[in-house]
Amino acid sequence: MEQDWIWGLAGGLLIGSGGAVLLLANGRIMGASGILGGLVDGSGRDTALERLGFLLGTACLPLLLWVLTGPVETHLTDNIAILIIGGLLVGLGTRIANGCTSGHGVCGMSRLSLRGFVASASYILAGAMCVLLFRHILEVI
Amino acid sequence: MRAGYAFLAGALFGAGLFLSGMTDTSKVQGWLDVFGDWDPTLAFVMGGAMLPMALAWSVTRRRSSSLTGAAFPPPPERRIDLSLISGSVMFGMGWGLVGLCPGPVIASLSYGGWGLYVFLTAMLAGMAVAPALRSRLDRPMPAE
Repeated sequence: MEQDWIWGLAGGLLIGSGGAVLLLANGRIMGASGILGGLVDGSGRDTALERLGFLLGTACLPLLLWVLTGPVETHLTDNIAILIIGGLLVGLGTRIANGCTSGHGVCGMSRLSLRGFVASASYILAGAMCVLLFRHILEVI
Repeated sequence: MRAGYAFLAGALFGAGLFLSGMTDTSKVQGWLDVFGDWDPTLAFVMGGAMLPMALAWSVTRRRSSSLTGAAFPPPPERRIDLSLISGSVMFGMGWGLVGLCPGPVIASLSYGGWGLYVFLTAMLAGMAVAPALRSRLDRPMPAE
């Protein structure tokens, strides 16, 4: 659709505003994998309440918008092996690299962090190679 | 109070992911599909998100602490190491394979269907074992 970029830009501004609120109000970097991962491995036990607050907000607003606007297309694969391998790679990779698209991408690159740029270049390049290999060469996704 | 601000931040984040279409895996894989039918939407999302964040970072340089009194994050590290690159490559492979990253997984919990829960379970398992793997990567190579 032609309007996709407008929705992308508007949604992006909201995402960045969320990051700005977390930084200016709580002094925290908005990284989804770090906020969730700290609860999973116990390293964020002291800040569990604010982590849960953030995750609750992240889950609830889309729920509300979904109820208000009707069905949402996710085009998620139904191949269980791909879902499991993909989930493991995302969980492992984001915690080993200490960040994902929100932490290294949005928050890191916006303060010209070298690590943010290197991480983002790495995951975008790896993602593009993966789509090339599995979509166009092996044709499984 | 801190949890309340965090909820507000999460709500903005979730609304933004929903409206921008980032919970649609075909838009994410479309952005990575540079040799196919390339979809530029994610670039607008990333660009749009970096604007308020860049502003917020500039505010932190003029203030001594956050609204709740907590200190701002220290300046970014510059160390480029094996865990940063290998972790990001692993993440990127999973991201390309399925079209999901951690934020949109949480955002689509309500409408993602059974496949999302399979992905979420595997992702949480990966996050649980990551610290053990990371400490191995961070350890300097033993001398012969």
